[in-house]
Amino acid sequence: MRFAQGGLIDREAPVEFSFDGRSYRGFAGDTLASALLANDIRLMGRSFKYHRPRGPLTAGSEEPNALVTLGEGPGQEPNARATTCEVHDGLVARSQNRWPGLGFDLLGVNDWAAPFLGAGFYYKTFMWPKSFWERLYEPLIRRAAGLGSLSGVASAETCDKAFAHCDLLVIGAGPAGLMAALAAARAGADVILADEDTRPGGALLRESGEVAGQPGAHWAVQVSEELAGMDNVRIMCRTSVTGVYDHGTYAALERAAPATVRREGAATETFWRIVARRTVLAAGALERPVAFRDNDRPGVMLAGAVRAYANRWAVRPGRAVAVFGNNDSAHRTARDLMARGVHVCALVDARHGARTDLDLPFFPGAVVSRAHGGRRLEAVDIRMPGRSLRLRADCLAISGGWNPSVHLTCHLGARPVWDADLVAFLPGAGAVPGLDVAGAASGVFSTAGCLESGWHAGMAAARALDLKPVEAAIPKAEDGHYDIVPLWAVPGKGRAWVDFQNDVTVKDVSQAAQENFRSVEHMKRYTTQGMAPDQGKNSNVVALAVLADATRDGIPETGTTTFRPPFTPVSIAAMGAGAQGMGFAPRRLTTSHRVSLRRGAPMLEVGLWYRPSHYPRVGEATWRESCDREARMVRESVGITDVSTLGKIDIQGPDAARFLDFVYTNRFTTLAEGRVRYGLMLREDGHVMDDGTTARLGPEHYLMTTTTAAAGQVLRHLEFVHQCLCPHMDLRLISVTEQWAQFAVAGPRASALLEEVLQGPLDLPFMGCRAVSMGPVGARLFRISFSGEQGYEIAVPSRYGEGLFSRLVDRAEALGGGAYGMEALNVLRIEKGFITHAEIHGRVTAFDIGMAGMISKDKDCIGKAAAARPGLLGAEREQLVGLRPVKSGAAILAGAHLFEEQAEAISRHDQGYVTSTCHSPALGDTLALGFLRNGRARHGEVVRMVEHLQGVETLCRVSDPLAFDPAGGRMRD
Amino acid sequence: MIDLVAKSPCADLLPLDIGTVTLTEVGPERMTSLAPYRGREAALATVLKQAHGVTWPAPNRATGRDGARALWFGQRMALLVGPAPDARLAAEAALSDQSDAWAVVTLTGPGARDVLARLTPLDLRPDRFKRGHTARSDLRHMMASITRLGADRYRIMVFRGFAETLVHDLRAAMERVAAR
Repeated sequence: MRFAQGGLIDREAPVEFSFDGRSYRGFAGDTLASALLANDIRLMGRSFKYHRPRGPLTAGSEEPNALVTLGEGPGQEPNARATTCEVHDGLVARSQNRWPGLGFDLLGVNDWAAPFLGAGFYYKTFMWPKSFWERLYEPLIRRAAGLGSLSGVASAETCDKAFAHCDLLVIGAGPAGLMAALAAARAGADVILADEDTRPGGALLRESGEVAGQPGAHWAVQVSEELAGMDNVRIMCRTSVTGVYDHGTYAALERAAPATVRREGAATETFWRIVARRTVLAAGALERPVAFRDNDRPGVMLAGAVRAYANRWAVRPGRAVAVFGNNDSAHRTARDLMARGVHVCALVDARHGARTDLDLPFFPGAVVSRAHGGRRLEAVDIRMPGRSLRLRADCLAISGGWNPSVHLTCHLGARPVWDADLVAFLPGAGAVPGLDVAGAASGVFSTAGCLESGWHAGMAAARALDLKPVEAAIPKAEDGHYDIVPLWAVPGKGRAWVDFQNDVTVKDVSQAAQENFRSVEHMKRYTTQGMAPDQGKNSNVVALAVLADATRDGIPETGTTTFRPPFTPVSIAAMGAGAQGMGFAPRRLTTSHRVSLRRGAPMLEVGLWYRPSHYPRVGEATWRESCDREARMVRESVGITDVSTLGKIDIQGPDAARFLDFVYTNRFTTLAEGRVRYGLMLREDGHVMDDGTTARLGPEHYLMTTTTAAAGQVLRHLEFVHQCLCPHMDLRLISVTEQWAQFAVAGPRASALLEEVLQGPLDLPFMGCRAVSMGPVGARLFRISFSGEQGYEIAVPSRYGEGLFSRLVDRAEALGGGAYGMEALNVLRIEKGFITHAEIHGRVTAFDIGMAGMISKDKDCIGKAAAARPGLLGAEREQLVGLRPVKSGAAILAGAHLFEEQAEAISRHDQGYVTSTCHSPALGDTLALGFLRNGRARHGEVVRMVEHLQGVETLCRVSDPLAFDPAGGRMRD
Repeated sequence: MIDLVAKSPCADLLPLDIGTVTLTEVGPERMTSLAPYRGREAALATVLKQAHGVTWPAPNRATGRDGARALWFGQRMALLVGPAPDARLAAEAALSDQSDAWAVVTLTGPGARDVLARLTPLDLRPDRFKRGHTARSDLRHMMASITRLGADRYRIMVFRGFAETLVHDLRAAMERVAAR
């Protein structure tokens, strides 16, 4: 039922929405909960475990009962709180955790079985047989107890992520937050005012009291308009600050307004990271319920929520409303309802000696001991000293007091502090650096107090920001003393709910204590109290008070469980916004990428780079056929491949050569201009870091090449060595990887091809380099080989990369060759025994790969001392070897382990492992590289390869890693 | 004679106009990293001023103007954008040609800052990241150089190979901002 007038809804803007397949009408400004209540729908959900019928308990983001699924299809959103969901035309909402329907739910049988389903029941039941747990019991339990579910289909909806920075972040736009923002903004601070509601105002939106002589909600509009008009203020509504992190960083989730979501390309949610120099937490307080028998019946709501539905949404909460509390919140609810003409059948106040001026049945010193009804509340039992009474009521407003929203103050590890007068936990002092707490969040519960506390917090923030605060009068508002007696649970038979969302009762908490789960953290895990999506916002304090009572430890001694982010649920989609599809990781593409794609090359990911696997030709059915053909092509005519992804580092300066001597194991001071040398680089711990060639381009100019995988690591290492170990050396480093597109031209006809392209003799010895030109384009030519063939690499500025690659491939094809991909490149280098990071994987030394001799004896280098440590040299080491199958063509699999022929294949007998493997077209057999204990002394021996995953065993003959053209004539001459 | 076709990193990808924001490719332009040798900072600054009329940039600052600009580019390093480097510079600093190493775009229009705020953690508030300020920072998953050239005009650079991802990420952010 809706009152004829009032409320902050737009009666000119009716909207139509559906709930469980039925159509309803509401108004713009309604939440799903308020619109359903206005349509006299109370039953909005079923509880997690017992499938108890439930209606809304609250009117905010802490709602434990009214959880619904929004939307249909791939993007359906489970567990949305009906109390915060804005109704809009076309909204489709469904109830959850019921079958076949919300009104009649067969799983309601769980409620009858409740005596067997108490705290920890699944730790005690379902114990036998053991194997049934995973396959039968757990799936069954999960099905019977639960919340909403995802569609299981990828959603087309998008979320967004963004950063914001400010001088002052104000969390909460109630009276305290508005005043704090105003004070700081007037002083010139850059302010972000974030509030999870759809409009500023906070508690003023639900209360009938006046501020500065006008209705509080009007005052809130006036102040927020002033703020919105200031350039230095950003008001973020629908934005819940969900987490506090180091250095003034806050996470916040912004929900888009329904009208925005409908726009093309709009994000449904934005996950913000806000960095603030100062913060004022003005998040208000949450009202808590009282536990008594069957206090979860639809129609039982918090007193403040009832005021909100009546005042803000003009919803008549019931025909006969009972009000029950231990503080003045109950009286305010009774007063506001009576002002609206609602029949208030009882005001039950647990405080002895409480008084009221209201004309209604008043029961001081009494409690409500039981609620009656099923799918809706029908009556309540009132217990007074010496007598009790049953009254018909279809709504019960309860208030057990207020819990300041201290959650965010605990995210960095601080604990809240118990205040016996307020019967509540307050934020610990200095809980978060740079954060002050104001208003109800700090335990100030009157509107006047909140306005004042917010203003002072804003002024203090301005001063801390070195701004000059501007004094102004604080508006007048309701003031009063917060008078409360502790009341957590009304004793009696039956089940009294503490955690509505996870179906935890007073009995469960007491039982946990009885079974010696006495610590609040143990009780939480045993009963699951506080572990639902509301994270115990409604139940924590009541639960620990009940626990303290059971253990007789006292509330401050019992303490709270740990509040962690997020304050309200955050969808993973929002945190991972932008990471779908192409957004998952950046793609680093070579200049030849599109030419390779046009030639049908599948791509391999190498770090972030994409490199062609092979270039299939007509008639080739498998990658192997293409790979074999490409490898033969390089051995017989000429092949072209893009090697631009290898790291290139410009090293310049008077001390560049000395520096290279220090970072490489071998000498570079002796390298002549126009020459290239292979270099090996160790880590400080003596293991191999990387290898590559370095060319001397000028007197003090070197160009280092790294492997693709280690390009970043090597540059970082060089910077570290220069800045920290050799700051006295004068040289400079910079990556030029992407400046140059570089292509390998390899094969017996490589010279012929390049002479044609460069229109002249190459005149370059093996391991030489020189500048060349192609018309106006300056290029570099290197004579180096990773294939064992006559090999060159030609580099041009990247803008010419695509053009040059096309040209080279065309010419190669005319000569009987063509482009080759990573697969063939790998085959060619395995045939030559050349290493990659498959071999230098971080655990091998120069000795292991047979390059101990490259560690110069005449100079120091990084890793030299460590490489000489005992255990890093000698016959015990696994050393690089070549492997071939004893039976021609048999498989040798990378990752497989090596054993002596007769030994059992267990780790104790492990002799080594295979790192790289291929079919070698040149040798017509399987060929592999691996590491074998004392391998260099065992050439000719037979070992057994065992691959446990696929169950493959192959006898292999150990050989030199260099299998093809051992003399190297093809490469050098 | 072989005639190679030059292709810019964002060819075929730009320009883009979404909402109030425009994304265009810059260049090609000459870019040279200048890294002074030990103790040569002052000499380099003098030559830079004499030869190109550009002041050596302090950390996180860009100097000069369209056509001849110096962007702070890292520790004791600047990027000279525009002119071919004067030969005298090489006596004071290590020079490396970077003209082809970067994809360079300009993001302009009201809302450009909101677009960038979706991709970089930099504090872009107008009074913090002023005209002539520059930073090396993240642009989503990529390392970038971001410079504010005007009220609503930013120069953004990432490694050339990331051009496609740069446009993809900026386009997505532009669409989100336009829809707000």
